[in-house]
Amino acid sequence: MQNYFQKEIETMPREKLKSLQNEKFMKQIKHVWNDCPDYRRKMEASGVSLEDIKSIDDISKLPFLTKDDLREAYPYAMLAKPLSECVRIQSTSGTTGKRVIAYYTKHDIDLWDECCARALVAAGADKNDVVHVSYGFGLFTGGAGLNGGSHKLGCLTLPMSSGNTDRQLQFMTDLGSTILCCTPSYAAYLGESINERGLRDKIKLKAGIFGAEAWSEEMRKDIEKSLGIKAYDIYGLTEISGPGVSFECSEQTGMHINEDHFYAEIVDPDTLEVLPEGEEGELVFTSLDKEAFPVIRYRTKDICVLKKCECSCGRTFIKMVKPRGRSDDMLIIKGVNVFPSQIEAVLIEQGYQANYQIIVDRVNNSDTLDVNVEMTPDKFTDNLGEVAEMEKKLVSALKAMLGIYAKVHLVAPKSIVRSEGKAVRIIDNRKI
Amino acid sequence: MTVKQISVFLENRYGQLHEITNILAQAGINLTALNIAETKDYGIVRILVDDVAKATDVLIGAGCVVSVNPVQVIAVPNKSGGLNDTLEKIADANIDIEYMYSTVDGVNGEAKLVFKVDKPELLEKTV
Repeated sequence: MQNYFQKEIETMPREKLKSLQNEKFMKQIKHVWNDCPDYRRKMEASGVSLEDIKSIDDISKLPFLTKDDLREAYPYAMLAKPLSECVRIQSTSGTTGKRVIAYYTKHDIDLWDECCARALVAAGADKNDVVHVSYGFGLFTGGAGLNGGSHKLGCLTLPMSSGNTDRQLQFMTDLGSTILCCTPSYAAYLGESINERGLRDKIKLKAGIFGAEAWSEEMRKDIEKSLGIKAYDIYGLTEISGPGVSFECSEQTGMHINEDHFYAEIVDPDTLEVLPEGEEGELVFTSLDKEAFPVIRYRTKDICVLKKCECSCGRTFIKMVKPRGRSDDMLIIKGVNVFPSQIEAVLIEQGYQANYQIIVDRVNNSDTLDVNVEMTPDKFTDNLGEVAEMEKKLVSALKAMLGIYAKVHLVAPKSIVRSEGKAVRIIDNRKI
Repeated sequence: MTVKQISVFLENRYGQLHEITNILAQAGINLTALNIAETKDYGIVRILVDDVAKATDVLIGAGCVVSVNPVQVIAVPNKSGGLNDTLEKIADANIDIEYMYSTVDGVNGEAKLVFKVDKPELLEKTV
């Protein structure tokens, strides 16, 4: 088994990495200034010119880039290469407002595939593995990213896409898939289906790479148990490239950021001041060698902490702890910040399934929070009092975690739609 | 007599009870007793059937949440004061009734009642 996909880079001494980042950054910023007029205007508007940027240490002089900027750039405004050089687009799900389109040259695809190949190796894969990609294919980056990474590593790749669970399980058992890549909610669903059909002895999975959704440690344990595998986290976003911006190694204490391609900062989301290492704040990324769609100081809205520490895996890349949730996912209910991942953690801890739905509404100018939870055989008895008691326990555990009251509704099993891509966990009916 | 009762989780929405009776009917299972305990959001259907193993199988197969547990079936004279006498004996023996309901298969002037109690053995001896 190999330990790294690109040992020299992944284990590069920090000082050498810093100077590599600096060298790449200076090229990237010149490319942006020269080849992306919109970007140059943005920099000029904030009073910065190219001469002010002498090294990567001057990065804090540069303006931030937001999702709104990228939406306004739709379709071609932020393109930094002629269309003839571009070979692919991917796009965000665009659930709110306009979609963001990301462009890739051959070089950009190569770089992205490389990141995903590193993630696969870190999860224990080598070219003998059969990689089962059940992320959606198409505009969504999940399928394309892991598919590309798996090709690069030389694995037999099953471009399953999501859905059609019967076919997923048939291929998984017949072809002997060893690595599963999909969203954590779909992994949980596949685990459920495998156990229901008694196929657990027929699958050869050893590891899974699950991302594109916030998921809790409790959910990780659940998936690991139901599939009998080790579950690895992966992080990324279309705006930066796709999955593989950072990835987990066997230590599983955070995700190594591919720092030779992406420079990470943590800023205070209110003051936008750069925060010292170890403090929690909003994660900001700068691409270091993208051609078609470079991003400088892109605000991810992900709240997390960066950790620079020696890792037992030997990688020198900085680690980011699992984001507490994208601030996009964060709900403000009765003035309190609520992350779906908090609700999920309580459910699993109390022995319920991680399949749930959060319904927020406003009644008489006051927010209401309802959580639909599926009844499970472990929790069910013939005694109404006991069932009601468990429900009450769940309500108090939620109250303790969130600080606000959530009305729990126990619903029939399988009545909450299983997600094949990103789970729709939140229904916000408030008209604000 | 101790018998096995099947309890099924029931979400409070249209057609849920029918879904369950439909699953049982398709499998050719006959119900001999039925009781529903409900809250605003959900309920528990408790049933006695002629084939517990088969009924449990088809219900679980259809995705129902099911629990099987023993209950006591007691024959009570089907006349004025019949139930009253039985309950008096149960009260005197300090047996706590969690819930009870009646079956449809009483014969010979007797009604058969289903009891869930805290001391099933004592109940068998008492009545």
